[in-house]
Amino acid sequence: MPSEWIYIGIFSLIALALPAAAILMAGVLGPKKPNPIKNSTYECGIETTGETWVQFRPQYYIFGLLFLIFDVETVFLFPWAVGYRVLPLFAVIEGIVFILILLGGLLYAWRVGALSWQ
Amino acid sequence: MNSDLLTILLPTLALTGWALLLLLVDLWIPREHKGITAVLAAAGLAAALGLTLSQGRLPAMTDSTVMVISDGYALFLDVLFLASGLAGVALAHEYLKRANIANGEYYALLLFSVAGMMLMAHAYNLILIFLALELLSIPLYILSGINRPRLESEESALKYFLLGAFSSGFVLYGTALIYGATARTDLPGIFAALQSAPVNPVIFILGAVLLLVGLAYKVSAVPFHMWTPDVYEGAPTPVTGFMAVAVKAAGFAVLGRILMAAFPTVGKDLTPILWALAALTMLVGNLAAITQKSIKRMLAYSSIAHAGYLLMALVPFSNRLVNSDVQASLLFYLVAYALTGLGAWAVVTALEKQNGDGLKLEDYAGLGKSHPWLALAMTVFMLSFTGIPLTLGFWGKFYLFRTAIEGGFTLLAVIGVVTSLISAYYYLRVLMYMYMRAGSPSVERAPWLQVTAVAAALAVVLISFIPNVLLNLAGNSLLLLP
Repeated sequence: MPSEWIYIGIFSLIALALPAAAILMAGVLGPKKPNPIKNSTYECGIETTGETWVQFRPQYYIFGLLFLIFDVETVFLFPWAVGYRVLPLFAVIEGIVFILILLGGLLYAWRVGALSWQ
Repeated sequence: MNSDLLTILLPTLALTGWALLLLLVDLWIPREHKGITAVLAAAGLAAALGLTLSQGRLPAMTDSTVMVISDGYALFLDVLFLASGLAGVALAHEYLKRANIANGEYYALLLFSVAGMMLMAHAYNLILIFLALELLSIPLYILSGINRPRLESEESALKYFLLGAFSSGFVLYGTALIYGATARTDLPGIFAALQSAPVNPVIFILGAVLLLVGLAYKVSAVPFHMWTPDVYEGAPTPVTGFMAVAVKAAGFAVLGRILMAAFPTVGKDLTPILWALAALTMLVGNLAAITQKSIKRMLAYSSIAHAGYLLMALVPFSNRLVNSDVQASLLFYLVAYALTGLGAWAVVTALEKQNGDGLKLEDYAGLGKSHPWLALAMTVFMLSFTGIPLTLGFWGKFYLFRTAIEGGFTLLAVIGVVTSLISAYYYLRVLMYMYMRAGSPSVERAPWLQVTAVAAALAVVLISFIPNVLLNLAGNSLLLLP
């Protein structure tokens, strides 16, 4: 039993050491020529103005959520579509039920007005 | 295709499908006519009840993948859950109108939650138990916050969600460790592995204890009860009633199933833990209830105390001689507690005012004069909670204590009797306010609430004359033991 666990221990040690070594070496070996622009928070992009603790529209959140649902749907449907030729009828029906449930969700979101930007 | 799986889960699947349809149909029902949604939800629950009862003749069986089981235990609980769901609809309809929560989603979410409970009763695999637990809990997180933008309701939802997620984590860790020790997740497989294969005892017991802790959160056993009063107080009252009764029953359903189907051989490790949980829960729940001024908080602590009594039923679970008694007294007490609890919460809902007032003990003063029937029903519920004869609560406690003593846990039974005596103080105080203090309580016009309260009171009294019938029903629904 312990001999099997030791691999997990070694593995986690290596997993910790590798990125640590990369960051350390970059710090030691890399040339350092700082200037104000390089030291700014966003080297590529626009400086933020004002506080970062601002309220933003919850509608972005709802859109994000809806996007995520259908994003995940495709993740599930890919293996289903790839294996479509060899799937038994039961699996095909399962897939259709899955799509129908999400379609119901879309219908619901549309009907309660989550899709129209106010 | 696994046809047994579909046969066993037919009522659950039908209810889930109905809930999905209801969610969509409700969108075309105008705000003023949400009563239609309530009727449709009740019809769905009644249909599922019919389907469940029609399965009563089926032999006890599992499907070929040992995911679900159909036996008397599950059927008995299914009926209890569906009936609680019906009561949940009856409690909510007028309350939602009064509190101006015209959300038809309430009913669909309630149906989803009931489906999760039925799945819990049938689950025979730790993975499925986890899924059922989530299906049961997630709709309830939303339901407890449905009184948005009332601050207490939102607080209640957030607290319940965080603690619920936390406890789900415990259940998952426990499942993972048990799988690590036995390489099985199906309950009979775990039982078999414990007897034959060499099992790492530390990992296994750690997993079993984590599983117990996770479920103890769900049934709000001390010391995992901290969330209960706040969540119960903040949630809309019908939701609280449903949570206090049905969720607790579902938690105990799955606790009983796991303990008796998978863990009977590790009783010597788990019994002391259950013993301590039961004793602590009875003591803390009853003592804390004494100081409460709000009836909602008092009933919340009372529900903690009753979780303690129910845990007592499970303490002798590994003793094969009293095994059927354990199950019979657990199920009997669940029915007694459900009828009493739903009735009491119906009365509380009837007295709550639109702005959320009317929940203090003082608000019950004079109820005996102004609304004698409602006061009489509340009297029956308080007596039944205390465990006074001529009510179902008495027989529930009687069978519980008998099981504990037969199992050899006399001290625990003594703690149960003493805490019951303590509980008389705060239950009877409600009677004192209702009959001996003058006041003019305002009761909302809510026929369905009064029907529910009176029907529950009648059931509590009438069934107490024929306790044997119910006990036999509970006892005959023997578990399909390995």
